[in-house]
Amino acid sequence: MSSSSLRSSTPADALSVSIRELSRRFGDRVVLNELSLEIAAGEIVALIGPSGCGKSTLLRHIGGLDSPTGGSIAIGGAPVTGLDARSAIAFQEPRLLPWRSITRNVEVGLPRGKRTSADRDRVAELLELVKLSSSAHLRPREISGGMAQRVSLARALARRPGVLLLDEPFGALDALTRLSMQDLLLDLHAAEPATIVIVTHDVDEALYLADRVILLGAIDPTESAAQASIRSTVVVPGLRPRDRGSGDLAELRAELLEGLGVPTHHLSAR
Amino acid sequence: MSLNSGTPVLERPLVDDATGAPVPVTSEPRPRRRWVRATVLGAVIPIAVIVLWQAIATSGLVPSYRLPTPLSVWAAGVDLYERGVLYQHIAISTQRVLLGFGIGAIVGLALASIVGLSARASELFAPTLGALRAVPSLAWVPLLGLYLGLNEDSKVALVAIGAFFPVYTTVAPALRHVDAHLVELGRSYGYSGPALLSLVQLPAVVPAVISSLRLALAQAWLFLVAGELLGASLGLGFLLVDSQQNGRIDRLFLTIILLGILGKGTDSAVGLLERFLLKRWGS
Ligand SMILES: Nc1ncnc2c1ncn2[C@@H]1O[C@H](COP(=O)(O)OP(=O)(O)OP(=O)(O)O)[C@@H](O)[C@H]1O
Ligand SMILES: [Mg+2]
Repeated sequence: MSSSSLRSSTPADALSVSIRELSRRFGDRVVLNELSLEIAAGEIVALIGPSGCGKSTLLRHIGGLDSPTGGSIAIGGAPVTGLDARSAIAFQEPRLLPWRSITRNVEVGLPRGKRTSADRDRVAELLELVKLSSSAHLRPREISGGMAQRVSLARALARRPGVLLLDEPFGALDALTRLSMQDLLLDLHAAEPATIVIVTHDVDEALYLADRVILLGAIDPTESAAQASIRSTVVVPGLRPRDRGSGDLAELRAELLEGLGVPTHHLSAR
Repeated sequence: MSLNSGTPVLERPLVDDATGAPVPVTSEPRPRRRWVRATVLGAVIPIAVIVLWQAIATSGLVPSYRLPTPLSVWAAGVDLYERGVLYQHIAISTQRVLLGFGIGAIVGLALASIVGLSARASELFAPTLGALRAVPSLAWVPLLGLYLGLNEDSKVALVAIGAFFPVYTTVAPALRHVDAHLVELGRSYGYSGPALLSLVQLPAVVPAVISSLRLALAQAWLFLVAGELLGASLGLGFLLVDSQQNGRIDRLFLTIILLGILGKGTDSAVGLLERFLLKRWGS
């Protein structure tokens, strides 16, 4: 995608992601093991799995921040080779530049070059979406953790990515802020279509947000956890916004938690 | 879903990450009044020292060839001024300091950037520069004298050496230790090369650069006096030696006070630069 189409005022189209037999090893440690996954354009996919199983590594590969030792990734049919303007990543930590105001941090997400008035409008609009307009002039040390994560999200959106990669974007938030951020994300997804891959440790969050929940981990339980492939895929029924207390979800929740090795004592789960 | 209508509890400045102190709201005194108070308070001790000095010098406890009175020091200054040499001494010393400081700081910043940003350059240069730094500074004086003669060049070169090392040794590691997460962030948003440098690395090291410049300036004055003590026909260092040899204790005191004033003056100038830069780039 050329920078001029990134710059246009119509939202970018959501792009499909296809991951084929992706492998990544660090030294002789296999982290991702021949992992294949097809994600449709506009789909929201949640990745869950035990800590250290390779979720962030997978996300970094989709974003072109790391290169695989085997297999391939394509976005919108075209292969990913290195850093990619079609995707935008919001890291596990907000990673804000401490010497820049909130507004100027979000501007980092814009395509490089001279700032036009359209760019300024875009940033203002994004700050409005993440409800930070009144804090736009503050520096990162003057805002809360939840606000910082919203800035990070706005920055990723400023790219108008075809694929939005979110690595535990709400990880550090209190329960209440987390719920409101989830709704915010769904609002944004409805307003500006993008394919979203979201890493989370929170099964409820995964079920509330995603079309499909992918459980990562070692398939052979005798292997170390860091040998991740897809252990199971859960297609979440129903349309968003979902009822957080729905009985169907309770079944899936128990299934996923069991998959993560957490006994749920849920009677109908077995 | 109405939960996303803002999170009012969190919409306020929190505590400072580093110190845990609350972010100040607006309770500081107005800048002008604070400035006046700082000036008055800052003048208390110098005035007290002068008063005490005058008292001791006129009490006869210490003979006047060991301790001149403040007034005689003032008179010595006026005398040198009227002969037209005071200005010359000050001007040549200030010129040497500023030139040497400028050269040393620029070379220091350049080498620090290369060594701080490239692992290979670091492997190439760092051991040598580390060894050079270990050489006691005054060891350079005879060599510089031999190579460059006892002229301006050798003194400026000595000052530059003095200014170089604080900048190099502070800024190179600062650049090397810029948060790798922020650098990766810049990369992932399409920045590389000089654009990445000006987005992340340079702003991140602004505080280190400024404090290194202040150190370098102090070193520059130190090396200036060292150089002038060991061979000069003009300058404040020369005035020190000359006064010592002629038993002019009033001029000795005068020169020491002048060095203090000049050093503080140039330091304050860098301090102003610091205030300006930190407002823009500080966190
Ligand atoms: N650059 C690297 N060099 C060596 N090993 C790495 C590197 N990056 C990741 N790993 C290893 O890969 C494994 C997966 O790491 P990753 O960060 O993808 O885990 P994760 O699933 O995101 O975990 P968490 O849920 O705790 O964030 C870990 O065991 C980690 O030690
Ligand atoms: Mg992770």
